[in-house]
Formats: sequence, structure tokens, C-alpha cells
Amino acid sequence: MENRSFIMSLLADDKTARWFLTTLLVLGIVVPFCNLVVPEGSVFHISTYMVTLLGKYLSYGLLAIALDLVWGYCGILSLGHAAFFALGGYAMGMYLMRQIGDRGVYGNPELPDFMVFLSWNELPWYWSGFDMFWFAMLMVMLIPGLLALVFGWLAFRSRVTGVYLSIITQALTFALLLAFFRNEMGFGGNNGLTDFKDILGFDLQADITRAGLFVATVLFLGLGYLVSKFIVSSKMGRVVVAIRDAEDRTRFVGYKVESFKLWIWVFSAMLAGIAGALYTPQVGIINPGEFSPLNSIELVVWVAVGGRGTLVGAVVGAVVVNFAKTFFTGFAPEIWLFFLGALFIFVTIFLPQGIVGLLKQLAENKAWGMKQKKTEELAS
Amino acid sequence: MKWLSRLFSLMLFSLISSFVVPVSANDGSLEQIIDGLKQKSFSAKTSTVEQLEMIADDRVYTIFSTMLEGDLYYQKKLPQAFVVANKTDNGLSVTDVLTGKFLGEIGKSEFKKVKVNNKLRRLLRSALAKLSLNNEDPEIRRAAVRNMFKNIDSETVALLQTRLAIETEDKVRDVIDVGIALVEFQSEDKQIKLKAVQTLGNSLEAEARNAILPLVAKGDDGRYLLEDRELRTAAIKAVARIDAKLQYNSWAETIYFGVSLGSVLLLAAIGLAITFGVMGVINMAHGELIMIGAYTTYVIQLLMPNNIEYSLLIAVPTAFLVAGLVGIAIERGVIRFLYGRPLETLLATFGISLILQQLVRTIFSPLNRSVETPQWMSGTFEVNAALALTYNRFYIIIFSLLVFAALLMILKKTSLGLHVRAVSQNRTMARAMGIRTGWVDAMTFGLGSGIAGIAGVALSQLTNVGPNMGQAYIIDSFMVVVFGGVGNLWGTLVAAMSLGVINKVLEPWAGAVLAKILVLVFIILFIQKKPRGLFPQRGRAAEH
Repeated sequence: MENRSFIMSLLADDKTARWFLTTLLVLGIVVPFCNLVVPEGSVFHISTYMVTLLGKYLSYGLLAIALDLVWGYCGILSLGHAAFFALGGYAMGMYLMRQIGDRGVYGNPELPDFMVFLSWNELPWYWSGFDMFWFAMLMVMLIPGLLALVFGWLAFRSRVTGVYLSIITQALTFALLLAFFRNEMGFGGNNGLTDFKDILGFDLQADITRAGLFVATVLFLGLGYLVSKFIVSSKMGRVVVAIRDAEDRTRFVGYKVESFKLWIWVFSAMLAGIAGALYTPQVGIINPGEFSPLNSIELVVWVAVGGRGTLVGAVVGAVVVNFAKTFFTGFAPEIWLFFLGALFIFVTIFLPQGIVGLLKQLAENKAWGMKQKKTEELAS
Repeated sequence: MKWLSRLFSLMLFSLISSFVVPVSANDGSLEQIIDGLKQKSFSAKTSTVEQLEMIADDRVYTIFSTMLEGDLYYQKKLPQAFVVANKTDNGLSVTDVLTGKFLGEIGKSEFKKVKVNNKLRRLLRSALAKLSLNNEDPEIRRAAVRNMFKNIDSETVALLQTRLAIETEDKVRDVIDVGIALVEFQSEDKQIKLKAVQTLGNSLEAEARNAILPLVAKGDDGRYLLEDRELRTAAIKAVARIDAKLQYNSWAETIYFGVSLGSVLLLAAIGLAITFGVMGVINMAHGELIMIGAYTTYVIQLLMPNNIEYSLLIAVPTAFLVAGLVGIAIERGVIRFLYGRPLETLLATFGISLILQQLVRTIFSPLNRSVETPQWMSGTFEVNAALALTYNRFYIIIFSLLVFAALLMILKKTSLGLHVRAVSQNRTMARAMGIRTGWVDAMTFGLGSGIAGIAGVALSQLTNVGPNMGQAYIIDSFMVVVFGGVGNLWGTLVAAMSLGVINKVLEPWAGAVLAKILVLVFIILFIQKKPRGLFPQRGRAAEH
């Protein structure tokens, strides 16, 4: 009941949230409709490729929300958040691998192809259970959450902050990158997990499944946004912001800073894991490259471009930057890195509040100007 | 004297070799005798080879080795024209053996090959061995002896024994001893055999150990196969002695590799220790400044292709200047707007790193470029048979320590260093004292960047030079600086060396990748325990 009233009040009071949720709703209905119902020749038809692309962007958007929670609201700049994303993606990938069954190249009903190729005889213990969807979905959240718990517990307790924390998160994702490249790990080594066939019995190549995955992504993004919004508007959210602005002061006031940080950190990791799980079936592959430190840093840029500490900004940034990436790499791949590099510099120097911050400021200026005009009119 | 001793040894060889040598052999000159190789009969050729062997002439070695390879030809029409030839598309590319003059490419029909059979080949091989045994260079003599180890027999041992009688160099005598022991080891006489085992036990040559191993072999029932107790104990002791020595040597090698990796880390991280440690700027473009240094080396070698030997000497200051200027441009153009916002600096400099990478890709192509290694840096220094140290790593260790010392001097002894430390401790106060903080910032950043450029010159000698090379070092460099304690140059030194050694010690049993993962995990855990690194700053400087 309280949750419902939260949503209602959110829709009533917060213009940005209203606008964002409406867009999501429209996307969730229009995109599958234009893909499945509108005939292919029509101007309004959206190709399955485009649906998948949009779905990928939106799963990035969820990941960006996860980072925004810890960076924008708690001031922890994680340079390894893509690691949680990739772990979630791998958990989903393991489920999808088990679903292949005996349709692999080697036709082994039990073992994925790469294990047969490495002449392994039985499934490693940590692969068991992943043939069940519910178990895999649980792991999608638990594995990143557990890693974040251990890492965060160690780091926050010893008050590793700022740059130091950023660098050891980068070390974390780098270590995982190296680990997942090893064949002995049992996660497909260099090639990762791929060649998926179906999910929950639906063919992954079918248009309807693609559209379904897109709708699921939209749903989870909306849900993730609402829960995150709820957290940051709650009392806990205010403490977290206080930690961002003055950690020592918050501690002296009597809050257990470490617990708050740990909580939001673990939640953010789980959210990133879910984003990864949505990403894998749509893209059709998950490989160690997702752990690369560059990915995590690019993620930071999405949030910075969109505007941190706004949640909506994170999603906007993720979609805009990735759209630009697809666009530039399409016609001139060399320009993309120049553009991305320039974007980093431009945003940090001239747009510290990001796109959403800029829009808000413009709107405020306009409102202020109107008010000014009104008072002038009244005065005259 | 030398000439006399050589002649003497040649005479001795002639007595030992089982063929009867005509006394007239020493009368003829090389040019006359070599004509005998034109004869068709193999026995005639054999006697010619034996005569040639008697001549104290460096050219004989070339003639024999080319003959063995089947590359020796003679010109049909001219009376004296022996040539080395390599087949090309247009016939033969020809060099005169006797004068060493290149004669160009000549049609194949003018030449006839000097054919060899198996007997002749054997003779040539042993003749070559004898010749190199008597070479002036002790290194070549030593290599010749070691080459004989593989198929040593009573005949070669006779050669070795005569050489031993006149050999003066200890290191050659040692290997000759081993060679003789390898044959005596086969003897039936127990005393001789025991003595041979003793000698072999002192050697680190792989053949020595392999020869003794069968003596200590055990049967299926776990009992020694060898009945003779005395001999067995001697053999066991000898193998143990060798193994202990090998162990020491492999440890020494690991430490050497570790220190050399450490010095690479030190070079890569030390510039960062300035920009990150002293200024508090997180420069993600640091790796790209290293890359710029490496590419500067590449360009310099392109500009002076005939003087590769000196290219590095020029590359070091040039790379320092180029990378330093790029660094100053970065500082003045971007970073100075972001002081006090370290996380933003991180993002902006990361953007710069992307631009620099792409710039290099556009200018030099995305492929790796090869940078040549000067002669004086290549090769290995052989400590003993089991331990060889490469020169390039040795130079890099020395170089990194020099750079470290130079940097320390700049920071401690110059007025720039004083200003840098003042600004890093208290910016406003420094400005109030009349220090131009903006200028100091630019210079400090330029210094750190320039040192990254120098690191690039050194790294170009070890790894591939490509647009992505900077990224490979950036994480490691940050680890080193953070592990050592930010703002502490000595900490950086200790951290770099210990991480290098830890990595190499772990590598043999964990594999290279797992070793690296373990080191990363170790650092992550270490930071939890000591969040400010090995040597945290204390006092006023720590307040940042």
C-alpha cells in the first residue's frame, strides 16, 4: 500500500519521473507492436535488429542506474561496475548453455561444447543447478551481490575511499577479466558462452522472443528505477547523500556510515547483475571482454554525460552515448574514439551536471524568467 | 709464441688422426692445395681435406663449413676459383671463398659443385671441431667443446686431451674436464668411473647430470638397479650436488627476472608517482605518455637507420621532451580546470588517453611497430651452464635505478623540487609565499610525463610498440603507486621491486595469468589492511 502511494506521489510531484515512466510505457507498447504487427514494408515497421539494439541500450540503462546509485548518490566512483554486470550475464549465460542440451556441435546432452572440446568428463560442481531457471535467476542477483558484499565489507570497514577505492575496483574487474580468460575456470575461456538456442522453451531467434525480452527489459528498467527512486527518496537515501557530501560529519552525527555504504553498494551490484542477465540473451554472447576496465570506465561516462545523481540522467546518458557509438562506428570507426575522448573532456569541464542537469537548469531559468516577468507586470 | 703453439697443436692433431698425412702438406699454400678438391674421386678429396686442415688459415674454416653445407662450387674455366654460392632465381649468387669478394649473380652452368659423401662429411665435421678447438677466442673454444658432448667418443676425447695440455683458460679447461669425464665414465675400471662421477658431479652441464642419472635409477620394486654400493653412493651424492646447485641457480634466475620486471614496473609507475603521488592528479593518460615515448624511439630509428647503436641515446632525451611537452599541454589545457576534483580528472584524462591512442592509430596504423635493439643490448651473459642473464634486462634494471635517483635528486635538491613539495603540501600558503603555483603545476606534470616518455623508450626494447601498449601498464602502475604509498618515491621503488619478484616467484607454480590474479587480489586485500600503502605519508602532507 505504501509502495503504491509512493508511486502515486512520485507521478504527481516529480515531472522528470512522470516523463521517464511514460516514455518507458510508450516504448514497451509501441516497439513490440511496430515490430510484430506492422507489416515489414511499412514506414512504421521496426526491425528485429532495432528491437534488440534498443533492448541492449535499455539494459545498459539499468546498469547505469546501478552505477548512479553508488556514484551519484553515495560518491563511490566504481571503476569496476561492469564486473557485476558481466557476472550477472555469465549466470544467465550458464542457464542458456544448459538449455542447449544435446543440440551442441558435439551433441553431448550434459556438457557444453567447450567442455567437450577441453575433454572434460563431467560438469564442474558450480555449474550444477543452472539448468533451472529460478536458480539461475537467483544466482544472477546472488553472485554479484555476494562479491559486492565481501569486497565492500572489506573496503568500507577499513575506510578505503575516493581514488583508492576507484583503483582497487578497477583491479577487481581486471583480475576477473584475467581469470575468465583462463580455460581452466570452466566458463568457456576466451570465447565465453555463446551459441544459445532458447530461453524458457522459446526460440531465441524468433521475433516474438526478442520482443518479449525487450518488454522484460523495459519492465525491469522501470522497476529498477522505481525501487532506486524509492531508496533515494527514503530516509536512508538522505543519509547516503549526506555520506557523499561529508562522510566524516555523518559519522560523527552517529550514523554507521559503513553499513549504509555497504547496503547501497550490494543493492547496486545486484541491479547491475540483473542488467547483465537481460543483456546476455539479447546480444547472444557473453565473454570475458565484458570485464575489461574500459567497459567500466565507459559506463562512468554514460552516467556523467546524462547527469549523475538523477537516475533518469544515467539512463539518458547510456542510451545517447551508445546510440552515438553505434552511429559513429557504423560509418567512421576512427572518429568514434576521438569523439568519445572529446566527450569525456567536454562533459567533465563544461557539463558537470550532465544533460539532465543542463535541461533542469534551463527549465529553472525559464521559470525564474517568467516569474520575474510576472512580478514586473504586477509592479507596472 | 702463440703462432708456435698453434703450429705445435696442429702437428699433434695430425699425429693423432688415424690417417697418414703426407709431410709435404705444410709446404703448399692454401691456393695450391685447394685445387685438389676439384678431383672427382672421394679419396683424393679426403686427402686434400686432410692437407687443408694442416694450414693455419682462418679461411679453411669457411671452406670446410660451406663444403659441409654443400654450398661450395668451383668455376670450370678458371684455374683457381672457389666460391660460396646460394641459389637464386637467376642462377647463383656468388662470393669468392679465398678473397671474400662478392662476384654477383652468375649463371649456374659455369659452376660445378664440390660433392661430398658421408665419409667426407664425418671428416669435415671433426676437422671443423678441431679448428674451432684451436680458435683464438676462448668462448668459441668452449662452445666447440660443449658441442662435442652430445656424441663424444674415444676419438674426440683424444682431441680434448691434447687441447687440455695446452689450454690456459680455466673455463675452457672445466668443460674439457667434463668432456673427458663423460667418456671415462663409460670405462669398466671402477676407480676411473668413480673419479669421472666426481668430476661430473661438479658440473652444471645437462649432459653430465643425464649421464649419472641411470646409476641412481630404481627398479619397479623400489630398489636401486645398480649393485655396486660405493659407486651408487657416489652417484647419488653427485646428483644431489648438481640438483642443489641447479636449485640455487633457478632461484637466482627467478630473482633476476623478478627484479627486471620490478624495474619495468618502476619505470612505468615512477612518472605516475609524481603526477598522482605528489600532485594528486589521477592521470589515466599516463600509459599513453609511455606509448608516445616508445613511438618517439621508433621515429628516431626511422630517421637514423644507419646509427641504430646510438638511437637509444638520442631517443631518451627526445622522448622526455616530447612526452613532457604533451604532458604540459594536457595540464594547461584540461587538468588545471579540475584541481581538487580528482574523480573528474580521472574521466577527463581517460578521454585524453582515448584521443591519443586513436591519434597514434591514425598516424602510424593500428599494427604493432618493431623497434630495433642495438647490438650492445642484445645477447646474454652466461654465469654458468645453468644460468644465463640477458643484457637488455640488465641495462633496464640499471636504467630504471638511474632514473629513480635522478628524480629523487630533482625533488630533493633543486629549487623546482622545493616548489613542487611546497605546492603539494599547501597550495594557498605556497602561493602566498610568492610561488607561481600554475607554473609549478605545469612543470611537475611535464616532469612526470617526460619520465613516462623515458619509460616508453625502455619498454620499446622489451615489448611490442603499438597503440594499446599504454593500457597494459596503466593498471599495474596505479597498483605500484598505491601499494607503495601515495606521495612516497621510496615506497614506489620498494613496491615495484617486491611486486615484480612476487609475480615471478608465483609464476612457476601458478602460471603467468594466475600469478597476476593472485598479485591483484593480494593488493586489494593489502589496501584493506593498510589503506595508505606500504609507507603512508605522515604529518602535514597526509592531510590531503
